[in-house]
Amino acid sequence: MRSNDMNQTLVNLFFILASAACIFPFLLLFIASFSSEQSILTKGYSLFPSEWSLEAYRYLWRNVDAIGRSYGITVLITAVGTTVGLFISALLAYPLSRTDMPLKNTLSFIVFFTMLFNGGLVPTYLIYTEVFHIKNTLWALIVPGLLTNGFFILLIRTFFRNSIPKEVIESAYIDGAAEFKIFFRIVMPLSLPILATIGLMLGIAYWNDWFNGLIYITDSKLYSLQNLLNRMLQNIQFLQQTNLGGRAEGATSLPTNAVRMAMAVIGIVPILLIYPFFQKFFVKGLTIGAVKG
Amino acid sequence: MAHTWRKVWKTFWRYKALFLMLLPGMVYLFINNYMPMFGLTIAFKDINYAKGIWRSDWIGLKNFEFLFMTKDAWRITRNTILYNAVFIVLNTVTAIGVAILLNEVRKKFLARFYQSVLLLPYLISMVIVGYLVLALLNLENGFMNKVILPAFGIDPISWYTKPEYWPYILTIVSLWKNIGYLCIIYLAAIVGIDPEYYEAATIDGATKWQQIRSITVPLLMPTIIILTLLAIGRIFYADFGLFYQVPLNSGPLQPTTDVIDTYVYRGLITLGDIGMSSAAGFYQSLVGFVLVLVSNLLVRLKDKDQALF
Repeated sequence: MRSNDMNQTLVNLFFILASAACIFPFLLLFIASFSSEQSILTKGYSLFPSEWSLEAYRYLWRNVDAIGRSYGITVLITAVGTTVGLFISALLAYPLSRTDMPLKNTLSFIVFFTMLFNGGLVPTYLIYTEVFHIKNTLWALIVPGLLTNGFFILLIRTFFRNSIPKEVIESAYIDGAAEFKIFFRIVMPLSLPILATIGLMLGIAYWNDWFNGLIYITDSKLYSLQNLLNRMLQNIQFLQQTNLGGRAEGATSLPTNAVRMAMAVIGIVPILLIYPFFQKFFVKGLTIGAVKG
Repeated sequence: MAHTWRKVWKTFWRYKALFLMLLPGMVYLFINNYMPMFGLTIAFKDINYAKGIWRSDWIGLKNFEFLFMTKDAWRITRNTILYNAVFIVLNTVTAIGVAILLNEVRKKFLARFYQSVLLLPYLISMVIVGYLVLALLNLENGFMNKVILPAFGIDPISWYTKPEYWPYILTIVSLWKNIGYLCIIYLAAIVGIDPEYYEAATIDGATKWQQIRSITVPLLMPTIIILTLLAIGRIFYADFGLFYQVPLNSGPLQPTTDVIDTYVYRGLITLGDIGMSSAAGFYQSLVGFVLVLVSNLLVRLKDKDQALF
């Protein structure tokens, strides 16, 4: 018994250290964003700045147009992309889950083959830009690569197969209901768990996406939040040159270091906020995903 | 003949609603996945935007000759494979260890708390990770150069211009980011182990360590093997975000941070060299496909349900 308590203490100690190591970078980020530029230049990014300041956030507030705009774009593409993607995925998964569906094996193969083989960046890019001309449009942030994929469809199909009793569908048939009606009135309401899980995964993917914006968008008016963050990270001059399209700032008074940290903070805050509420879903979704994959 | 066609049509008509439902998704998969697959042929063409993709000339293996004549091909292949190999081994071993330990925590709400914290890095974007690393490794202001190194009496290091540190840096970042996710998977497997085994072992006087070695690990083996095989199948694909964002796309670091994915990206977007990048992309898709097939076949031999197909 005594060694058991000792074990518990050790295990918990390990996790406290591990958790601290995980959280530490975030803490540094937060505190640095509330440090004065002066403190950063002398003491560096530190957990104990010599001087606290809201200057970085005031700067962001002065440029709320550009930042707000990119926030808006991110919210828009996340909302649209997640809803449409979820819809398309479920619509595609449903016929594949029906045992009486003709050609379902061939069709399933066509869907799942995409998980094995990939054309790669070059053909995808050239097709989207030269054939569909989506460069610098909102489509570029919603459609390429994110809308749906074989993996999600597989998960939804499995759920339909295992959790929607055939009898329910059959009795609806007997009652004379049409396919679409069965789908929307019966199957969808029964599928809320999987829809929530996939919806969450889609939502995070869209919120965090920076890649599409990186290769398809050069117009700064269409930057998503992550793209804006990306430009600022890669190019410290970006802030000084573009001034986020806002008022002129003296080069010396520009709190570039603190501002970058502040930008990153507002980039993660939404995820941090919803995390406690959806934590169980996250874990559940990842477990299902993993077990199947 | 007419009879069977009529039957086909009748079946199709009967299920027309279901076929209609397939349409949006299938169209998307066609555009997003299948058209680019056919577009792999671009690697065999000399793309001329004036003529358009479809009418550009075929030049056979010229692009590939060009690509493999450079030292780049070897370097990016080596980097991609080595990094992925290290990631697979290190991340797997650590994740299993953490999962086992997590299972030992008696207070379940504490266990959930730890799990949540460990999962957090997985949920943020690589861009943010780039910022976090910047806060640590920035030359003038970074936590390492301003606080940690001085504590050991070491001079500041210009992290972003010294390629030799980055295999370690990127490995640590990969571990930090993925440990939470992997741990969840292995924990799910561990929880599935029948507690009777442990009870019997405790009665027989086995220590915790012995129990882990003789019960937990062997029973986890199927999961480990499958996940590892699937990861090996993807060994030719690197996490573009990790290798592009975290090193801040810094040129001097390329010897140790350039992987196939970043090479293709740079060739296409930055340099506009469609020939090289499409050849490299084709190379990756082909080898990657073969590896995925082989590894899936092996998984299938081991446990039919776990394979992707």
